[in-house]
Amino acid sequence: MADTLTANEPLYTGADWDFDKIKRVYDAIEQIAVGEMKLEIYRNQIEVITAEQMLDAYSSIGMPLMYKHWSFGKHFARDELLYRKGLRGLAYEIVINSSPCISYIMEENTMTMQTLVLAHAAFGHNHFFKNNHLFQQWTDARGILDYLDFAKSYVSSCEERYGFAAVERVLDAAHALMNHGVHRYPRKRPLDLRDELKRDRERQAYEEQIYNDLWRTVPRKDEKGTLAAVALADRKKLLALPEENILYFLEKRSPKLQPWQREILRIVRKISQYFYPQKQTKLMNEGCATFVHYKILNRMHEKGQIEDGHFLEFLHSHTGVVFQPDFDDPRFSGINPYALGFAMMQDIERIATDPTDEDRAWFPDIAGNGEPMATLRTAWSQYRDESFVLQFLSPALIRKLKLFKVKNDAAESHLLVEAIHDDRGYKQIRSALARQYDLAYTEPDIQVVDVNLAGDRKLILQHNVINGIPLDESNCKQVMRLIANLWGYEVKLIEVDARTGATLREHSDIAPTAPV
Amino acid sequence: MNVIDRRLNPQGKSLANRQRFLKRAKEQIVKAVRDASAKRNIQDIEGGDKIAIPTGGVREPSFHHADRGGIRDYVVPGNKDYTEGTTIPRPQGGGGGRGSEGSADGEGDDDFRFVLSKDEFLDIFFDDLELPDLIKKRLRDTASVSPVRAGYARQGSPSSLAVVRTMRNSLSRRIALKRPRPQDIEALEQEIDAVMRGDEDPERLDTLRQQLALLVTRSQRIPFIDPIDVRYNRFEMVPQPVTQAVMFCLMDVSGSMTEHMKDLAKRFFMLLYLFLKRRYRHVEVVFIRHTHQAREVDEQTFFFSTETGGTVVSTALVEMQRIASERFDVDKWNIYAAQASDGDNTTSDNIHALNLLERDILPLCQYYSYIEVAAEYEDGFGRETELWRTYKRLAKSSLPLAMRRVRNRSEIFPVFRDLFSTQKVAG
Repeated sequence: MADTLTANEPLYTGADWDFDKIKRVYDAIEQIAVGEMKLEIYRNQIEVITAEQMLDAYSSIGMPLMYKHWSFGKHFARDELLYRKGLRGLAYEIVINSSPCISYIMEENTMTMQTLVLAHAAFGHNHFFKNNHLFQQWTDARGILDYLDFAKSYVSSCEERYGFAAVERVLDAAHALMNHGVHRYPRKRPLDLRDELKRDRERQAYEEQIYNDLWRTVPRKDEKGTLAAVALADRKKLLALPEENILYFLEKRSPKLQPWQREILRIVRKISQYFYPQKQTKLMNEGCATFVHYKILNRMHEKGQIEDGHFLEFLHSHTGVVFQPDFDDPRFSGINPYALGFAMMQDIERIATDPTDEDRAWFPDIAGNGEPMATLRTAWSQYRDESFVLQFLSPALIRKLKLFKVKNDAAESHLLVEAIHDDRGYKQIRSALARQYDLAYTEPDIQVVDVNLAGDRKLILQHNVINGIPLDESNCKQVMRLIANLWGYEVKLIEVDARTGATLREHSDIAPTAPV
Repeated sequence: MNVIDRRLNPQGKSLANRQRFLKRAKEQIVKAVRDASAKRNIQDIEGGDKIAIPTGGVREPSFHHADRGGIRDYVVPGNKDYTEGTTIPRPQGGGGGRGSEGSADGEGDDDFRFVLSKDEFLDIFFDDLELPDLIKKRLRDTASVSPVRAGYARQGSPSSLAVVRTMRNSLSRRIALKRPRPQDIEALEQEIDAVMRGDEDPERLDTLRQQLALLVTRSQRIPFIDPIDVRYNRFEMVPQPVTQAVMFCLMDVSGSMTEHMKDLAKRFFMLLYLFLKRRYRHVEVVFIRHTHQAREVDEQTFFFSTETGGTVVSTALVEMQRIASERFDVDKWNIYAAQASDGDNTTSDNIHALNLLERDILPLCQYYSYIEVAAEYEDGFGRETELWRTYKRLAKSSLPLAMRRVRNRSEIFPVFRDLFSTQKVAG
């Protein structure tokens, strides 16, 4: 490394930042990130904003433009209160998965913080967004801002035409189902939101023209003169059931919705889909960004581009970010994704460069391959949180974090420690932790399974209960009511044990109160 | 890479969302505001407030797992002395090792707390209140403004050119740059003439001509008035307090008024003050208290000092009329009056008070409100008091008089609303 150590002047002095310093620092970071670490990034766009604008961005789920809805105002009101009372600091940065990649940095940051933020967001997150397969498959970084612009103007034109209240009712219901508005299985080609938008509008118009058995109002009689119940298999075929994307189902099949209402459901669904990769890669995304900023800042310090004092300031905030309290610490609130992600990536670097025998046994592919960055780049592009933990969590790290697995069975009076950091426990802990990051387990699996076509058009939902964990009762009722309002007829929810198929409970039918 | 400075972008992007939220939660917020204003000192009201509303109307439901039930596995860091097979007593709340983890958006079923700005608070507080005859007099929301001199500016319209200041600047610049004065040039020219006429030394003539040429060039180079000299008068638009109101507070302080009654009256006055303050740019308050004689006093004395004597209401009315005619011209002031009393009056004074009110006071007033305060637990409402009966004769006519009875603190607000509600006041 000695040959790369040149007598560089520090890039800046003092705490204040200005645009020239930012440009200088950016260029230095780019040299390291792209030149040495071989990161691939979207073109960067850095936007300096105030604290109030940061709060604004917070409340509209981090997006620079968003349609209007009271819930964003509610979040703003709460965030503002917490911020003003000093209960909560603001994020130093927000970064948007778009091309060009937009990073918001706050004007209050010191120059060192701006350096950290640039390395973290404009290079770490940016690289992850551009290369991770989930983002490539599911999001259209080029089109998202255009789409949001379209969504915003579409919603406001609906408000003008149909009134605030009508639009709000649709949005309320759609928001409640946001987590159930995602296609989990990829299609063949990456989505281009704009093209798809056009195509789906045409398809929708076509479907509305053609016959749909759901909209039949005259009862059909068979030869014997009795009302024929359409066979379950036929119904499933007709309506493409079962369908876990409830928003999609309602958008396409709900008999009573107006075209504009379907379009609004679609907008909410698209936005939900856009965020789906981020939900699945929080650990990796933050880990990647943290690892990248740590590497870059160290390298800059090594080159003499950052003074010792500023480097200490950086270390201070870095340590704060990756702090992981123990489970019995009052500050504990789950596993800090920054901490675990960063630790795992450092661990991979160690395995690649300086493996132990244990590592060689556990990770024959990468141990000692001498190319930590290439290994990490591959991991960043090809995994999501769940598979990443399952693949790369090493016994060494389990020991270091002293992870242990606890079983909480509601039927037992005590919790049981099932595995600790020993030879018997590593694999168990690894798979249990991976599962903790698997949305299939953390979010309830609810599907549309049937519609009563011959009679009252009741919509039947099924919750596949895993490990006997039921749905939250009061929320459940409210969401069902909203679904009923979108559907226009009664809704029924059955909770079925996923393993045995036994019906655990049937929620009482909910009828629409205020159809949208 | 682009760096874009967004700090100067329009602020308040989320204002529309906030208004939607307030509208959505209106019912709960109005209730919370009413509760807050009923419980607390009226003076504190003008500061905006933190409001807690039940999450009911603003909950965002979603399908998610219940807090308890079923079998769950957790992997957590920081094992101290657990081994495989250790049993741990279930922590309270049943969270199982991560009991402190909140729900996804950081709030439980508790009340939702946020801050209402002062304006939002008062807007809701005064929701649908309207003063009668609001459009009367100079009660426009757009206050009139008049220009007031405020120094000098480098830019302005030619009509506001500040000649003296401009010339002064010009002069000092000319002196500083040594611009030749016209008389110097003239003198030189005369001298040259003289030399030419005398036909003397041609060398001297040359020097003088050179000197003259230098002076002329210099005076051409250095303008007499340069744009940097020019100054304009600057005017600032200052709002004129034409939308002004005076509020007369009349109160009986004779022995029969208890502390409780005074407290009620005080709250009413303060509410009225707050309300007027919101409508008018400038509000003056006159406190007149009376027993068998009336006096204008300051606020402290008005509410807190005690006095004994009989009760003659007309004295207060006379005092008010005197002050109004001396200090508050009806054309320039909106006059409001609020009288608080327990209803006692010397019987012989009733007719006098009535006449005064009808002929002299009410024509002056935008609004005259009479609040009859009563003891908290005394059932005195069955029978009408002297003053009530007297005033009632006027209330039937179309005069701007409103009268109400108040017994305890929580009644103040409804009464206040009644008095100024859009519906016509009934006696």
